[in-house]
Formats: sequence, C-alpha cells, structure tokens
Amino acid sequence: MVGIVGYGSYIPVYRIKVEDIASQWGMDPQAVKKGLLVNEKTVPAMDEDTITISVQATKYALQRAQIDPQEIGAVYIGSESHPYAVKPSGTVLIDAIGIGPDVHVADFEFACKAGTEAMFVAYSHVKAGNMKYALGIGADTSQGAPGDALEYTASAGGSAFIMGSEKVIAEFEYTYSFTSDTGDFWRREGMKYPKHGGRFTGEPAYFHHVISSGKGILEKSGLKASDFAYAIFHMPNGKFPQKAGKILGFGKEQLEPGWVVPWMGNTYSGSSPTGLSATLDIAKPGDRILLVSFGSGAGSDSFVFKVTDEITSVQDRAPKFREMLDGHKIYLNYGEYLKHYDKIHMNE
Amino acid sequence: MIVPKYTREIPQRFRLEAEKCTKCGYIAFPPRLICPECGQKSFQMIQLQPEGKILTYTIIHVAADAFSTQTPFAVAIIETKEGARMTAQVVDCTLEKIETGKDVKLMLRCIQREGKAGILQYGYKAILSR
Ligand SMILES: [Zn+2]
Repeated sequence: MVGIVGYGSYIPVYRIKVEDIASQWGMDPQAVKKGLLVNEKTVPAMDEDTITISVQATKYALQRAQIDPQEIGAVYIGSESHPYAVKPSGTVLIDAIGIGPDVHVADFEFACKAGTEAMFVAYSHVKAGNMKYALGIGADTSQGAPGDALEYTASAGGSAFIMGSEKVIAEFEYTYSFTSDTGDFWRREGMKYPKHGGRFTGEPAYFHHVISSGKGILEKSGLKASDFAYAIFHMPNGKFPQKAGKILGFGKEQLEPGWVVPWMGNTYSGSSPTGLSATLDIAKPGDRILLVSFGSGAGSDSFVFKVTDEITSVQDRAPKFREMLDGHKIYLNYGEYLKHYDKIHMNE
Repeated sequence: MIVPKYTREIPQRFRLEAEKCTKCGYIAFPPRLICPECGQKSFQMIQLQPEGKILTYTIIHVAADAFSTQTPFAVAIIETKEGARMTAQVVDCTLEKIETGKDVKLMLRCIQREGKAGILQYGYKAILSR
C-alpha cells in the first residue's frame, strides 16, 4: 500500500478583509464578498515566502509521520511564487529540515496545480520502489495586480505530504490527469503580475478541466459520488468548487471540511492540498476522499484516497488546519497589505 | 559578497546546530574552538530544540536600511531549553504582547534580502508560544 504517511499545513497569521480591498477600488464590498463567497484572505508576513511556508508545513508533516528525514529520497515544491527565478526553493528546505544531501530535489510550476504535481511525482517514486519516502509540497504567496479581480483572493499558505508505504494514513487508490493548452491565465517572464482571460477562466478553463478530470477518475475507478465521504475541488473562489461538486453529484456536507477558501482565499498551489489537509484532520478510517486540483494553462489532477486505521493516531500530533485558520490573526489595512507584498515603489 | 559567510552559517541559522563541551557541558552557539568555561577543545554536536524564552528585548525604531520598512520591530535575547543564547527578531505579534520571560518558538524566516537582485538569507526568528 502506498500513500500519505504524514501531512501538515501552514498559513501566515496576517489577514486582510475582502471589503477593505473592495473599498480601496470603489467597489461595493458586500457585492464582491457575495459574488466570490470569500470574506478574508491570508497575507504573508514581510519575512515569509514559499520557502518558509514549505519548511513549516514540512515540520508539521514530519511531526505526524515520525520518520527520519534522512530517509526522504525526493523533495518537490510546487508553486507559482518561488522566491528565486533561478535557484531552487527545495535546496533551502532540505538544509533547513535535515534531508539529504543524497536526495533528488526539483521545483514544479503549473499555476495552481503545481502542488498536486509534486504530490503525484512523490507518490509515483514510492510506488515504483525508487525510495522509501518522498515529499510533495504545494505552497504559494500568490498575488494579483492592484485593482485586479484576483487581488480579492490571491493568498498565502501551503501543505506538505510525505508519501511512503509503511503506516500509510491515506492510500492513493487511483490517479487521473486531464490537460490541454488553454490560455486562461499566464505570466510572461520578467512580469510582476499575471494576466488572465476574464470570463474565459470559467467554463473553458476551470470547469472543462475539473469536470473532465473528475469524471475521468470516477470512470477509471468505477466509483460514484456517493462512495465518497469527502471531496475537494480547487478553490479560486468560494463558488467554483461548489458548482463543480454539484455537477459531479457531491453534496455540501461532502465538500464542507475541505472548503477552506472563505477565510483563507486562494493559496494557488496550496489551495486543494490544504483542503485535503483540513479534511484529513477530521477524516475517519475507511473514508474515501476525492481531490481534484486545477492549474491554469490548463490541467487538472485527480486523486482518490482511502483513509486507513492509522489516521487517528497522527491527527493530533501537529496543529490542525482549522485551528490555524480560526486562531491568532492580525488584520492589515490596505496600505499595510501593500507593504507586506512589497508592492510600494520605494526610493533606492 | 556575503554568500560565503551566509553559507558557512547554514547549520546554525537553519538547524540550530550547537556544540556541547564533552568535559563541562557548556553549550557553544555558534560553535567555538575552545570552551570558554574549561578551556578544552572537544565538543559534541547537538541540535537545539526550536523553543526557549525571552531573557530581554528591545524595540528598534531606527533601523539599518535593509530593515527600515519593518520598524518598529522587536529584537530579543532568547535562551533555549538547553541554555544556549541567541539574538532573534520577535515577529507575528503586536509589540505590547512581548514581555521578558515569555515562551517563544523559533521558526525559519527570511532574515534579509540583498537588494532587488541579491541572495535571500534565511534564519531563525521567534514567535510567541500560544
Ligand atoms: Zn567546557
């Protein structure tokens, strides 16, 4: 049996309310909140980035897995906000955690689905017998351009998953990916902010890939929506995952535990992986969980997990996601938020 | 160029590696060649637990250029459970919450960015235990 042996999430303590961003740009705060089903989002501290978020999430995953980090043979971080354009995020992480130097390290990118890519490749290594353990992480300090629709949701956080074949807490039962060339969202080299296709990001991009990938894995596995205790769909806003779930036959109670976007925002590569982490926090032995990610450009990875008896012994070994989300928070005003994201043009 | 110095300090800044005198038990952080307590030269590497308490602290209002956007911020002397002492910024809280004697946890954060194009330097900072 190959699957997750340890998981952990981390989000910064800083938040900004969607209404404070809306007021800044002369938009109706209540209309924006209602349209997106998002109340507030996480904001990185000035000293936090994809690397520091990944390190903390990995520390929590190790607390749960209780393995020797030296036995981890591969480390993959998926993000669209790696702090360096050239120099891997993963090298800082392995030296901070004490993994390697006999380890394979790579950074992944694929808009919001880089995290599930990292998880898929980590899982595949263990399944192939290449190594005992492999680490897959999805983390981001994503940002939208000031005044852009993405600014209301782009947030910071991430989740780490250690894959192995002993003391598995959630077995990978099936995987399926659906990918096509779709120009819904992109950022050219050297540009600070991404561009997107407005309404084109909905039906031809998110829904086409998420629904096709979700249908694909249900067909491949012979399972139907009612066979699952929980499902997580990528969360660019509150509405999209609920609509996608409904189309595939999932009810609100199946989506609820992993639907973390109203208070977190969209952590891009960390979005659906963090929904999974929040779901694992409350899952019971025997539960089936469906995860469907989405990355613009565009593609969608789907995983079917089956939770094992081991889950109950690891859940309390590290902070649970909802405790972090509802715990200590510091609210920023719009000016402070700009400073945190280094968006203010300073004198040299 | 700060890269060679930064790279040399990775075991301490990333993993809190210290050395314990094999004769008198003195903990050297960062490591030293000669024990300041007993004068001998044999040490054993230990990894400090990432937790401790605030011995004393100060609030910086006027900072060096690299830190000027962060003012006002707190810098504390932290003593770990093993008795090692270090200087670290205390973050993720309002300044009035910081008090001598409070428990802290140490986390990896970006310590300094060398301008827009230089190396990013990571290391430990303290957050109040909750
Ligand atoms: Zn000594």
